[in-house]
Amino acid sequence: MNWINNIVRPKIRGLLVKKETPDNLWVKCPETGEMVFHRDLEANLHVIPGSGHHMRMPAETRLKQLFDNGEYVRIETPDVVADPLKFRDERRYSDRIKDSRAKTGERDAVRIAYGTLDAQPVTVGVQDFEFMGGSLGMAAGEAVITGLETAAERRTPFILFAASGGARMQEGILSLMQMPRSTVAVAKLREARLPYIVVLTHPTTGGVTASYAMLGDIHIAEPGALIGFAGPRVIEQTIREKLPPGFQRSEYLLKHGMVDMVVHRHDLRATLSRICRILLKAPSLGHSVPVTGAPDAEPVQLPPPMAEAAD
Amino acid sequence: MGRYKENMKVYLDFEKPVADLEGKLAELRTLEEGEGGVGIADEIARLQTKADQALRDIYGKLTPWQKTQVARHPERPHTLDYISALIEDYTPMAGDRQYGEDEAIVGGLGRFRDRPVMVLGHEKGSDTESRLKHNFGMARPEGYRKTVRLMETADRFGLPVITFVDTAGAYPGIGAEERGQAEAIARGIDACLALGTPTVSVIIGEGGSGGAVAIAVTNAVLMMEHSIYTVASPEASASILWHDSSRAADAATAMKVTASDLKRFKVIDQIISEPVGGAHRAPQEAMESAGRAIESVLKEFDGVESDEIRRRRREKFIAMGRSL
Repeated sequence: MNWINNIVRPKIRGLLVKKETPDNLWVKCPETGEMVFHRDLEANLHVIPGSGHHMRMPAETRLKQLFDNGEYVRIETPDVVADPLKFRDERRYSDRIKDSRAKTGERDAVRIAYGTLDAQPVTVGVQDFEFMGGSLGMAAGEAVITGLETAAERRTPFILFAASGGARMQEGILSLMQMPRSTVAVAKLREARLPYIVVLTHPTTGGVTASYAMLGDIHIAEPGALIGFAGPRVIEQTIREKLPPGFQRSEYLLKHGMVDMVVHRHDLRATLSRICRILLKAPSLGHSVPVTGAPDAEPVQLPPPMAEAAD
Repeated sequence: MGRYKENMKVYLDFEKPVADLEGKLAELRTLEEGEGGVGIADEIARLQTKADQALRDIYGKLTPWQKTQVARHPERPHTLDYISALIEDYTPMAGDRQYGEDEAIVGGLGRFRDRPVMVLGHEKGSDTESRLKHNFGMARPEGYRKTVRLMETADRFGLPVITFVDTAGAYPGIGAEERGQAEAIARGIDACLALGTPTVSVIIGEGGSGGAVAIAVTNAVLMMEHSIYTVASPEASASILWHDSSRAADAATAMKVTASDLKRFKVIDQIISEPVGGAHRAPQEAMESAGRAIESVLKEFDGVESDEIRRRRREKFIAMGRSL
C-alpha cells in the first residue's frame, strides 16, 4: 500500500478540514495505557502506534480511507416501519433511535456506498457500532440487502465492514428475521458470481455473525477483534469457567479456521484491492506487465451518482 | 409413546385452581371405587365441569410469560414424539461427517402420510438422562452441520423437509465457539434457502434465537398455539435490557413472542390450535392437528417446480416486515 495515501493524506485533510475539538485530546491505549494525541491516532488510521492496538474507526473514515481519493456516493437505503413492537424498556425505543440519529447524523446502523478502489468499482457496507451498537434491526437488514443487491446490479464486489453486538432486541422477532433476509441477498450475489468480502471488526457477535457476516467468499479480521456467536459473558455464565486467553479474538478464529486472514489496518486497503482484482480477473497493480487475456484493462468509469455524495 | 402412559401430571403455578380441583377429583374417584354411591358420582361430575371450566378460563387468557411456561412444559410433546406420531418408517441419520454427532438435533428419513420425507428437529429430552443426552435441545455447530447435510440429501432425492423447532437457543460454550457456532448457523440458514423441495417447519415449543432460525427458514412456518418464537429467550432479553434476568416475564411481554403476535407481524404463516389446557393435556390430538396442517402445506406444493419453490421461499422472507 502506498503509505502516502494513508499517512500523509489524512494528515493534510486534517489540516484543511476544520473539525470540532474533541473533549478528550489524548486517547489511552486499552492494552498498554500509552497516551496518544488524537490527531496522531487519526493519522495512523486509529491504530495505536506503539502497541498496534486497533481502536474503533468511525464509519465515515472507513469509507474515505477505502475509496480512491476518499470519494464515494452514498446509496440510499429503504425506510422501514418505525418501532413495530411499540417497545419500551427503561426508555422508549423511539427515543433511543432519535438519540442515535442525533449523535451519528445517520438514519440507522448500516451505510452503503459506491465508488472505486484502485479504479475498480466496488460497493461497500459499513456497520456503525456508534449507532445502537451496530445492532441488526429492520433498517440495517434492508441496508445490507440494498448493498448486496446494488453490487449484483452494478456487477461489483460487495465489501462489508461488520461491527455489531447482534440483533436489535427492541425489534424482537423482526430483528431475528434479518438473518434469513440478508442471507437471501448473499445467495443472490453468489449466484451472480460476484465477490463478497467480509471484514470483521471489533466486535462482531450474535445474529450478524450467525448470518451474513460468516457467509463471505473471503473473511478478513482486524487484529484483536472480538468475533463470535455468544458473547463471552453469556458463555462464562453458562459454563461457569474462565475463558481461555484470546478466546473469540481474530487470531483465535484464524487458528480455528473461521477467517482467511488477520490483516493490519494499514494493509487492509491493498489487501481488499488485490483480492477484488484477482476474483474479477482484472490486471494486477503490482505487475508492470499487463496480464494477458485480461478482460478489461482500461480503467473503469464511475456511472453517474445515484444518491447525493456524502458531505 | 411410552412417556404419556403413566398419567402423572406436572402443574404450572398458574394452573393451581385446576390442580386443586383435579386433586379433589382424584380423591373422590378412589373413594368411589371403594364405596360407590350416587352422591359421589354427582360430586365428581360437578367438580369435573368446574375443573374443565377453570382450565378453559386460564388457557383462554394466558399471558406471554404463562405461554412461555406452557411452551417449556416438561410434558409437552417434543420432536421425537411428533416423529413417532406422524412419521412412518422413521430411519434416523447421524453425524455431520466432519466432527461428530450432536443429539440436540435429531432427524432422518421417513414417510409422512405416504410421502417420503426428510424430518428433523431439536429434541429437548424428557427425563434427566435423555435431557443430558440431547443437551436440552441446545445444539452445537455439528448439529447445524448435520441439518445442512440432511437438507442437501433431501434436495438431491427430491424429498420435502419437515422441521420441528424446540430450542432455547444454540449452545453457548467454548467448544461450540471454537468450532464456529455462528458459521454453522449461517450455513444452516443458507441451506434452508437453497432447497428445491417444499419445506415446512413447526414451532412446537420454544423457538429461541439463531439456533431456531437455522432450521426454520422454510416455505411455511407453522406455530403451535402456545409456543413462543423470539430473538432471545425472555431471561436473556431481560438480562440484556434491564441487566436483570428475573424480569423475564416483563421481557416476554415486551418482546412480543406469542403465536398471535408473530402471525400479526406475518413472520409465521399459520397458528395450529392446541387442545384446551395445552398440547401436554392431549398430545395425540395436538400432534394430529400439526399433522393435518403440515399435510395441507405439502399439498400446496404438489407439482410446483424447484425453482418456483425456492423463489417463493426467498420472496416470502424478503417481503417480511415490509408491510406491517
